[in-house]
Amino acid sequence: MAKTGTFADSLFKGILTVFAGTIILVVIAMIVMMFWNSLPTIKEFGLGFLIGSDWQPASDVYGALPFIYGTIVSSVIALILAVPVSLGIAIFLVEQAPRSIASPIAFMVELLAAIPSVVYGLWGIFVLAPFIRNYLGPFLQDYLGWLPLFQGRLTGIGMLTGGVIMAIMVTPIITAVVRDVLEVVPTSQRDAALALGATKWETTLIVLENASSGIAGAVVLGLGRALGETMAVTMVIGNAPQISASLFEPAYTIASVLAANFAEATDRLYLSALIEMGLVLFLVTFVVNAAAKVLVMGVAKGTNAARQA
Amino acid sequence: MGNKITVKNLNFFYGKDQALFDISLKIPEREVMAFVGPSGCGKSTFLRVLNRMNDTIPYARIEGEVKIDGKDIYKAKTDVVALRRMVGMVFQKSNPFPKSIFDNVAYGIRINRMHSSKKDLADRVEKALKDAALWDEVKDRLPTSAFGLSGGQQQRLCIARALAVQPEVILMDEPASALDPIATQKIEELVVELKKDYTIVIVTHNMQQAARISDRTAFFMLGKLIEVNPTEKMFTNPDDKLTEDYITGRFG
Repeated sequence: MAKTGTFADSLFKGILTVFAGTIILVVIAMIVMMFWNSLPTIKEFGLGFLIGSDWQPASDVYGALPFIYGTIVSSVIALILAVPVSLGIAIFLVEQAPRSIASPIAFMVELLAAIPSVVYGLWGIFVLAPFIRNYLGPFLQDYLGWLPLFQGRLTGIGMLTGGVIMAIMVTPIITAVVRDVLEVVPTSQRDAALALGATKWETTLIVLENASSGIAGAVVLGLGRALGETMAVTMVIGNAPQISASLFEPAYTIASVLAANFAEATDRLYLSALIEMGLVLFLVTFVVNAAAKVLVMGVAKGTNAARQA
Repeated sequence: MGNKITVKNLNFFYGKDQALFDISLKIPEREVMAFVGPSGCGKSTFLRVLNRMNDTIPYARIEGEVKIDGKDIYKAKTDVVALRRMVGMVFQKSNPFPKSIFDNVAYGIRINRMHSSKKDLADRVEKALKDAALWDEVKDRLPTSAFGLSGGQQQRLCIARALAVQPEVILMDEPASALDPIATQKIEELVVELKKDYTIVIVTHNMQQAARISDRTAFFMLGKLIEVNPTEKMFTNPDDKLTEDYITGRFG
């Protein structure tokens, strides 16, 4: 009796170990597969692949720089717009709003995260793009037109639109993580500030300082999401492999070039070029997400230390 | 000496639950008054009434009169920020900010814009640390994190932080309950020292502590103030049977 019990237990443990091990295998398998399949372009272009700005599949010239540029710039736009808004929402929810208001707003924010990417894309094409073409674009050109950023033709489709869509998509994620991080800041920190004559605003600054590494983690997590965002961005960014100073010009991201061209990449070198970009994106988002995890975990530890002290 | 704090017919409610019942109490200037009583008797709530820390609790409601220096602190016009600067507070668990030792003490001075120059700021920080009997232990490591200090040192840092804004009253909510006996002794010595310049109200669970450091003791039970008397009298010949039972350990 006891023997079969022990056997069942070790069998159970064995099965679970296999399941858990699968995850590691999948990650390794993906890296190996992508590396293997991108060997042709790695051999052909070496580092030049990453810094070359010519992308002409017809003549077998592959430079990924426009896509890397587009990915970085659109993500940075997204963060510049999303981070202040997310911080504001999270601070409002944790520090200001009574529970009766905070709960429904938190629910709405989480709902935003659940909307499929392609729906954001449609909204981007039919609402956001015309808005930027007819209102925001002309406004920016009137007041800030002397900046190269806001020069050029206004089509409504381009880098800025892609960045704004991404901003809306990463806001819920950043907000949710920042809210969690603010909530674990001990009340004793707020009490300490208040008791010294701090105003609500000064007390909030103390809370933010307590949560700073977690907030950084939330931002990096948002960055990870923005870097890999595909569908909605593909629909509004214009998909032109160029590096332009103007945010109104069409651009291209790594994720969107993969999504848009995979079906027609029949040529061995073309396919290899796409997969190598996929590998780059994979590694970058992997590192970014790992960094975010470390930062957010750091905050939990930090406040524990403050609590024990 | 005059009365620093005068409380008259104070009732306090958390929503529908009444936590304090008809409390009247006078606390003279430059005295240490100890609040004792079983857990949940309202002594900490009462302490937080005195610097309006209960304002942050939703549904908290107060009736009656609380005067400090003759001014009703619950009047609509009261500047709560100024009040809390005048009535400092030290909490049960030390709660330094995630800043350096120097910046912790400097925090209150900075937000209240009390310093005239960098030098003045440094002088004020030094004085507060000296007054909290911590200066000699930390003077060589002011720029390092406050979390590197021991528990007792952190609590004295919090006292220094409270002293730095030059309060007139210091409220202490079981300031030594999380500390070892040696650190506790240091805090107690400090309280006796601070009495020369400040009015101190200290909540404690430790009867011996109340007996050692306070001039007068107030005994609370179930939200009611049972007895206030000079500490010596309270511990040798209390007026009330309940006080006697509590002090002699018949319940607690």
